[in-house]
Amino acid sequence: MNFMENLFGPFYGNMIGLLLSATRYTIYLSLAAFFGGGLLGLILTVFKISPSRILRWFATGYIWLFQSIPLLMLLFLLGLGVPTFYQIDIPPWLAAGTALTLFTSAYMSEVWRGALESIPTGQWEAGKAVGLTFMQNLCWIIAPQAFRIAIPSTVGFMIQVIKGTSMAYIIDYDDLMRWGKRIANSQLDGAEPFVVFPIVALIYFSLCFPLSLWAKHLEKQARDS
Amino acid sequence: MNKENLAISISGMSKWYDDFKVLTDIDLSVTFGERIVICGPSGSGKSTLIRCLNHLEEHQKGSIVVDGIELYPGMKNPELVRRTVGMVFQSFNLFPHLTILENCILPQRRALKRSKEQAREVAMKFLERVKIPEQADKYPRQLSGGQQQRVAIARALCMEPKIMLFDEPTSALDPEMVSEVLDTMIELALSGITMLCVTHEMGFARKVADRVIFMDTGQIIESNAPETFFSQPKHPRAKEFLGQIL
Ligand SMILES: Nc1ncnc2c1ncn2[C@@H]1O[C@H](COP(=O)(O)OP(=O)(O)OP(=O)(O)O)[C@@H](O)[C@H]1O
Ligand SMILES: [Mg+2]
Repeated sequence: MNFMENLFGPFYGNMIGLLLSATRYTIYLSLAAFFGGGLLGLILTVFKISPSRILRWFATGYIWLFQSIPLLMLLFLLGLGVPTFYQIDIPPWLAAGTALTLFTSAYMSEVWRGALESIPTGQWEAGKAVGLTFMQNLCWIIAPQAFRIAIPSTVGFMIQVIKGTSMAYIIDYDDLMRWGKRIANSQLDGAEPFVVFPIVALIYFSLCFPLSLWAKHLEKQARDS
Repeated sequence: MNKENLAISISGMSKWYDDFKVLTDIDLSVTFGERIVICGPSGSGKSTLIRCLNHLEEHQKGSIVVDGIELYPGMKNPELVRRTVGMVFQSFNLFPHLTILENCILPQRRALKRSKEQAREVAMKFLERVKIPEQADKYPRQLSGGQQQRVAIARALCMEPKIMLFDEPTSALDPEMVSEVLDTMIELALSGITMLCVTHEMGFARKVADRVIFMDTGQIIESNAPETFFSQPKHPRAKEFLGQIL
C-alpha cells in the first residue's frame, strides 16, 4: 500500500488500498456469475430451441421465473431464506455466486436465443439438406453466425452483472460495496459517506466504462461487416 | 416395378399446413437416372412436394420412399435420407461465415466423417466441375449470384448424392447469370444423376427432362415427355400456364 500512501497520504492511501483490495472480490463474483451464468445460459438456449417440447418448456419456465424475481430477492432467498429454513450454513460467496448465476443465465439465454432466431431459416435448411444433425447444424452453422451478432450485447450485459454484484453486500459478501459502506459508517473524520461513496462509484465506473466502450466498438464492427 | 429399384416412390401422399391442404393424393415414381422437371403456377405446391422428399417438410398421409428409406412424420434420423439427396435452393443459402472451400468441406467432415484431406480433395474436384476452383478461398458475399449458385451445386454434390433436388435454382438470378447455372445443371443431368427440378426454364426442360410434371392446386394433373407436354398439353390449366410463360 506504500504506493497509495505516497500518492494520497497515509489516511486516504489506506482507505483507497482497502477499497481496491475489496474490488478483487467484486471482480471474482462478476467473473463467476458471468461464466457460470454463461454456461448455464448456453444450456438453456439449446433447450429453448431444441426439438424436445419438454426441454423447451423447462427452459421457458426457468427463464420466466428468474427474470421475474428481483436480484435482491434472490440474494435474500439464497443467503438468508434457505440457510434458515434448512438450518444449514451457506457462505455468502456461494449464495451470492448462485443468485447472480441464476439471474445472469436467464438474461443471457434470452440474448442468445434472440441472436439465434435472427439467423434466416434458409441457413437451418441448408444445414439439414447437407445431412447435418440438429446439434451439428447448431454448432457449426447457426451458432457461429449468431455468436457474432450476440457479442456486443453479451459484453454489454457484463456491465449489468458487475453492477448487480454490488447488491451482494446485503448478505455480507465482502466486496467493494460492503467495504465502502463499512468505511463510510466508521465515524472517522475524512471518511464521511460523501467522500467514500464517490470513490466507490469511481471504482465501479472504471470497471464498467472500458467494457461499455468495448461493447460500442464491437457493435460498430458488427454493423460495418 | 420393384420398389427397391426406384429412386423415389410416392403413393397417396397428402400434406396439410394446419387445416390447409397443400398436397392432395400425390402418386409419383422416379427411377434412378431419371430427370424430371416440375412446373406449375405459384402456390401450386411444387416446393412443398420436393421439400417432402428430403424431409424438410413432413407429410401426413400416404407414403414416401426415397432410395429405399421410408419417410414418415417425426422420423428419427432424417439426416440419413438427406445424405443421399442433395438440394439446391432458390436463394443459394451458402454459409456466409465460411469460405467457398469450407462450405464444401464442412458437411463432408461432419455428416460423412471424411478426413480433412479427403474432404478437401472432393471439394476441389466439384468446384472444378462447376468451374470456380479459383474462388475457393473467397467468402460467399464476394461472389456473383451465378457463382454462388454453382458453389451451392458443388456443395451438394460433394456429399455424392444419388438424387438431386432443385427448387427454382435460377429464379433469384440476374438474367445474364441464368445460363451459367443452367449449363452446370445440363452437364450434371448428362452425368446420369437422378434429378427433380422445379423450374420454369422450358428450354432446360426440353433439353434434359425425361418427364415434365405439371402441378396445380396441390395435385399432379399432367405428367408427360417434354415434347408431348409442350406441343399438346391436355389439361386446360396446363394450356393456360404454358400460354403465360412461353
Ligand atoms: N410454412 C407454411 N405454412 C403455411 N402455408 C404454407 C407454408 N409454406 C407454403 N405454404 C402454402 O402452401 C402452398 C404451396 O406452397 P409452395 O411454396 O409449395 O408453392 P410453389 O408451387 O412452390 O409456389 P412458388 O412458385 O410461388 O414457389 C401455398 O399456398 C403457400 O402459401
Ligand atoms: Mg416454390
